[in-house]
Amino acid sequence: MIKNDIYELYQTMERENILLSFKGVVTSELLSSVLSIMESKMDYMDESPKLKKKVFNVLVECLQNLYHHIDSNEEQDRNFTRIEVKSALFMIAKKDDHFVIRTGNYIDKESAIDLEKRLDIINGMDKEELKKYYQEVLSNGTLSEKGTAGLGMIDIARKSGNKLEYQFLPINDVNSFFCLNIKID
Amino acid sequence: MENLHLEGSAKTPSIHFDATTGKLELKGRSIPENSVEFYKPLNDWIDAYGKDPIGETSVDVKLEYFNTSSSKCILDLFKKLEAISGSKTKVVVNWFFEEDDEDMEEAGQDYQAIISLPFNIIEVEEI
Repeated sequence: MIKNDIYELYQTMERENILLSFKGVVTSELLSSVLSIMESKMDYMDESPKLKKKVFNVLVECLQNLYHHIDSNEEQDRNFTRIEVKSALFMIAKKDDHFVIRTGNYIDKESAIDLEKRLDIINGMDKEELKKYYQEVLSNGTLSEKGTAGLGMIDIARKSGNKLEYQFLPINDVNSFFCLNIKID
Repeated sequence: MENLHLEGSAKTPSIHFDATTGKLELKGRSIPENSVEFYKPLNDWIDAYGKDPIGETSVDVKLEYFNTSSSKCILDLFKKLEAISGSKTKVVVNWFFEEDDEDMEEAGQDYQAIISLPFNIIEVEEI
């Protein structure tokens, strides 16, 4: 049975052409390693330097979102063990002419409502509007203590050039699971 | 005053701020999780330099990548330079981007739209 499970997982990853995937606690050291692995992997690819840069940029923002998010749920709820809440999943896949970055993490329902509103605003904007919105948040916003600027999702949308696909799966009374799918081409 | 020289790392740019020539350079990548700590000494240096700057100050920004945490710190750095620009020194920003790197070109335009310093956006083959 175990053998079959592993083989199925292997086949799925092969079929989806997953370059790298990770499930667990996202630390600063992990980010450094993942970014360095992805850079060397992409070095061998024929894609344009422009596309590789976009992928790297979007990846940095996605992973740092996970890193800061996990960092912020210090004292979350009692329905999960600490490790579960602090865990996240991400994967980077290459499909034909584009890359896909997927992330998944627990989020409390209140934050989910705010995030969904922000994502809808971003998805309703075209390239020029996103540029204006970015400049507005950049010039008026302040950095949080964690050093986040509220610009991450806007930047991801600008650089990917595609709408941010997302879903919030209800888990229990307090938590949802946030799935984000970003296509970069 | 002392010049500021910092080696670049996997997540932070190299820094060369020279008070005798008025040439300030940031080069490489700026993607630390929290950039406030990294940019603090740069801002402090500009404050000190601003008290007795040389007539012309040029800032060369040669970044390959920067994250959104850094983008705010870079803006604050430009604001500091904006504040010291005047009768004592004339500050010019040279924003470099690699051929075809529209994202970095646009990033330069973002700052150009916010900051009122002469801003040259320069395309180069390689940074």
